[in-house]
Amino acid sequence: MQTKPDTAPDAPAPDVPLVSVRNLKTWFEIRGGVLDRMLGRDAGTVKAVDDVTFDLARGEVLGLVGESGSGKSTLGRSLLGLVHATGGSASFEGQEVVGLDEPALRKLRSRMQMVFQDPHAALNPAMTIAQSVGHPLTIHGRLKGRDEIRAHVAKTLERVGLSPADTYMDKYPGDLSGGQKQRAVIARAIVLDPVLLVADEPVSMLDMSVRSKILKLMIDLKDQLGLTYLYITHDLASAKFFCDRIAILYLGKIVEIGEARALYAGPKHPYTEALLGAIPDPDPTRTIPRNLPRGEIPDAAKPPRGCAFHPRCPRAFAPCGWELRDLTPVLEARWAGMEEQAHLAERALIGEIPAEVMEGTTARLPAATPGGGADLLAMLERIRSEDPAEPFWTGIKEMRAEADHVAMEFHPALTPRLYAEGTTAAACHLLDPGLTHPRAAAAPVL
Amino acid sequence: MTDSPHTPVPKPQRFPALRRIFQPVAETRGFARFMLWTGAVLTGLFILMAIFAPWLSPYAFDQYQLAGVAFPQTAPPSALHPLGTNVQSTDVLAQILWGARTELLVVALALILALAIGVPLGLIAGYFGGWFDRIMVLVMDAMFAIPSLLLALVIAFLLGSSIASGIVVAAAAITIVYVPQYFRVLRNHVTSVREESYVEAARAIGAPPSTILTKYIFFNVIQAIPVLATLNAADAILTLTGLGFLGYGVQPTQGAEWGYDVSRAVGDAASGIWWTTLFPGLAIVLLVTGLTLLGEGLNETINPVLRQRAATRVNMEDEA
Repeated sequence: MQTKPDTAPDAPAPDVPLVSVRNLKTWFEIRGGVLDRMLGRDAGTVKAVDDVTFDLARGEVLGLVGESGSGKSTLGRSLLGLVHATGGSASFEGQEVVGLDEPALRKLRSRMQMVFQDPHAALNPAMTIAQSVGHPLTIHGRLKGRDEIRAHVAKTLERVGLSPADTYMDKYPGDLSGGQKQRAVIARAIVLDPVLLVADEPVSMLDMSVRSKILKLMIDLKDQLGLTYLYITHDLASAKFFCDRIAILYLGKIVEIGEARALYAGPKHPYTEALLGAIPDPDPTRTIPRNLPRGEIPDAAKPPRGCAFHPRCPRAFAPCGWELRDLTPVLEARWAGMEEQAHLAERALIGEIPAEVMEGTTARLPAATPGGGADLLAMLERIRSEDPAEPFWTGIKEMRAEADHVAMEFHPALTPRLYAEGTTAAACHLLDPGLTHPRAAAAPVL
Repeated sequence: MTDSPHTPVPKPQRFPALRRIFQPVAETRGFARFMLWTGAVLTGLFILMAIFAPWLSPYAFDQYQLAGVAFPQTAPPSALHPLGTNVQSTDVLAQILWGARTELLVVALALILALAIGVPLGLIAGYFGGWFDRIMVLVMDAMFAIPSLLLALVIAFLLGSSIASGIVVAAAAITIVYVPQYFRVLRNHVTSVREESYVEAARAIGAPPSTILTKYIFFNVIQAIPVLATLNAADAILTLTGLGFLGYGVQPTQGAEWGYDVSRAVGDAASGIWWTTLFPGLAIVLLVTGLTLLGEGLNETINPVLRQRAATRVNMEDEA
């Protein structure tokens, strides 16, 4: 699996990817409450980046797209060593980054740089623009002497469109507009002539009128300086025209990756479909069916079993990893549309639904009163028969009434792997030829 | 981008950082301006007294005779002794003028020492965190818990036997009292600033921790220091005179000290000798007030939450 190139970093073969990420994991330990810490109880881990694999070719623009909390920023930072990855491998020009110590990383950072989301916060307020942009040159000992550095900084500022540079050199960040600041941040990133730029939502904090200008600048710089971009964004619309390839992230995992145009034309993962459907369309005469995912992105500390997207997926089926806590949103959606009397009657039968991730495939749903198991089962069967299209029920093999519980037997959870098809690959059970969707023959969703 | 190339390019400012620091002082208005300037004038007066004491003062601080003729004891103000003499036959005016020198010297020395210890410790503990931070916070909190005058007394008592100079002993005692304050303020400020984007950006451009601390964090956390230092100086004057009053401060053979003067004059007031207590007491009050006003004025000038700047008032009533 490990494809570490043997070529020297200064003379890489053209087919060797600039960045090669294999099974990268960045997990964070959660600091629990005071009591947890005193008792030494493990509060759990957040798998911000979990088993991510991709390549980035020289001169390519790869978009990392996902909602907040999908781990896209952490992935970019892990690649630069700003956040320490906990497993897997990420190599940059043949050099392994994971596990590298700080002094070695610092040297490497002259070759890979970062553009930050908030230009107002990314520049030191106590430094002038010339000092901020010129500081990397001093740190890496590229140039000596004030005049030499100033001349180089002026050239770089002109290059990013801050011209005449003399007007900006001695200003403080507070004197500049957001767009000008972002240009200065970009100038600082390219002043060392890096090959890789990780751009973490570089335009999301900017005014609409400035966004396209900054993106245009980044494209021009890429062509002039031969840069490679890792473009992190939640905005599929800008990614569409900016990226060569796109990786869609959901809860730390890549759910779909591939050539940008193919991905837009034919999304394979239901999540990608939903994201594409969420792009606002300014044409009022055209109504596209909005099939937005229901609910919110789940708690990363307690990710769903199987495919992490299944609780929100309109096309989820048996192997997607259904579990007992997925019943809560089903009931809430049902009760929200009911008469109060009927709701209270149903509410009275059911006990507390555990919020924990299930172990094994059997779960017990407690009844509200002792001996209420049979009534609860009858109610669940009624709910199922009233809305048989609800994907939750596909995950249940069997329901049995016990004295105080209803025992629910779920299908075993399978974690989808990436299935390649054409120039894109998606991690979805729908693409597994070995599994059959129960409603495959029915009208397609969307 | 916005300016056309024909716009005259302003000359690069010589000291842009200095200009930025003093701009808010020039822009301050209202009560803040009053406090700032009253404080500055009062404090400046005492600094001038301290610097020019040898020329301003009619006598030396420990002088009790002139040309073989002893000064009278507790003599009322006269042409020879404008503020009278005290129970030790020394001139009260000389005590005040030379006292200003002692007070400001000790407090300046204590401030420099406290900053030199507290600021680096706060920076390092705040930035790196970990066990060093925990131990430092624990130690500093423990020092906070002890009443400041008691702590200063203990230090002065312990050092008094080994260090000859009373000024150094008093300064060291006051230093220990104020180090925890600088540490706490700096450390807490650093823990919030180190999460800023520009600190991560500094890491991303390959800056080592020492550069990040000195170039990126230090200049963004020191704004709190001038205010704290000025207010602490006012407090330190009280601690020093307190030490002197109790007899553990600067010894009378080494320099004039207002607190000591007041302690020797405690009995005088009852017998109608008002000048021996009034003038040293007034000096203490005025210097402390001056420093406090300066500190509060600076606070309202520097702190953007309290800052009140000149704003152009638009008169809307004319329109109606």
